[in-house]
Amino acid sequence: MKIKLEKRDKLLIVIVVCVALCAFLAHQIIGGDGAGKVTVKVNGELKGTYSLAEDQTIEINGGTNILQIKNGKADMTEADCPDQLCVNQRAISRQGESIICLPHKVVVEVESSESSELDAVTN
Amino acid sequence: MRSRVAYFGVFTALALIFSYVETLIPFQIGIPGVKLGLANLVIVVALYKLSLKETYLLSIVRVLLSGFLFGNYFSIIYSLAGGLLSLTVMAALKRFGGFSVMGVSLAGGVFHNIGQLLIAMAVVETYSVMYYLPVLLVAGMITGFVIGLVSNEMLKRLVNIQM
Repeated sequence: MKIKLEKRDKLLIVIVVCVALCAFLAHQIIGGDGAGKVTVKVNGELKGTYSLAEDQTIEINGGTNILQIKNGKADMTEADCPDQLCVNQRAISRQGESIICLPHKVVVEVESSESSELDAVTN
Repeated sequence: MRSRVAYFGVFTALALIFSYVETLIPFQIGIPGVKLGLANLVIVVALYKLSLKETYLLSIVRVLLSGFLFGNYFSIIYSLAGGLLSLTVMAALKRFGGFSVMGVSLAGGVFHNIGQLLIAMAVVETYSVMYYLPVLLVAGMITGFVIGLVSNEMLKRLVNIQM
């Protein structure tokens, strides 16, 4: 079977691929804003909200805990408590995930527009 | 005149059967919402064999029938939006000229998905479904092209049928 494509067919394919690429790139660039925020609470009191979109390092409780936000994920990198449980927890990025440091009563939680599970109607 | 009605019946039956066959194929490649669109094969062939008015009617009848039989309220809305937009674009490209059956079908596949995405945006009332656009564009392109290839082969063998 020989596939014979017209000139305009090829042009069409190129256009569709370009649009798909542009849409993908646009989402990669703009989509960062929708990635969500982390809220930091100490002793139940809200200490601050930070966007996951920009890389930053946050000192909590005057430096007892250090939270690092990198590549859309938040990770506790340092804590001066003996057990280091919060430091050993994995980086968080999805809705509802949290890092908790009990000795200093620090709770870091993700509030994201991006939910971890997708609901869909397809048929 | 009588034979046109008969042919239209055959086309409708074929489109319906293809819709059914499609539900039987566990065509899951890990991407929800992506399927081959076998019924579009009949639509593409009809576009070249029947009049435009009849093709539109065929598209609507097939969506309604297969929707009531195998789908639900939502799938009818989605299919109707996708099917009509895709058919409109295909008819426009065919009229514009310079496109092969593959090209026309490819555009049809792409716009079928765009139509469904637009409805999804209206239903969910959010633009966030747009992140799915690149996936659907490429998927529509590939399935549309495959359908176009088969349609092309079918049309070559259907030259003797005159309406």
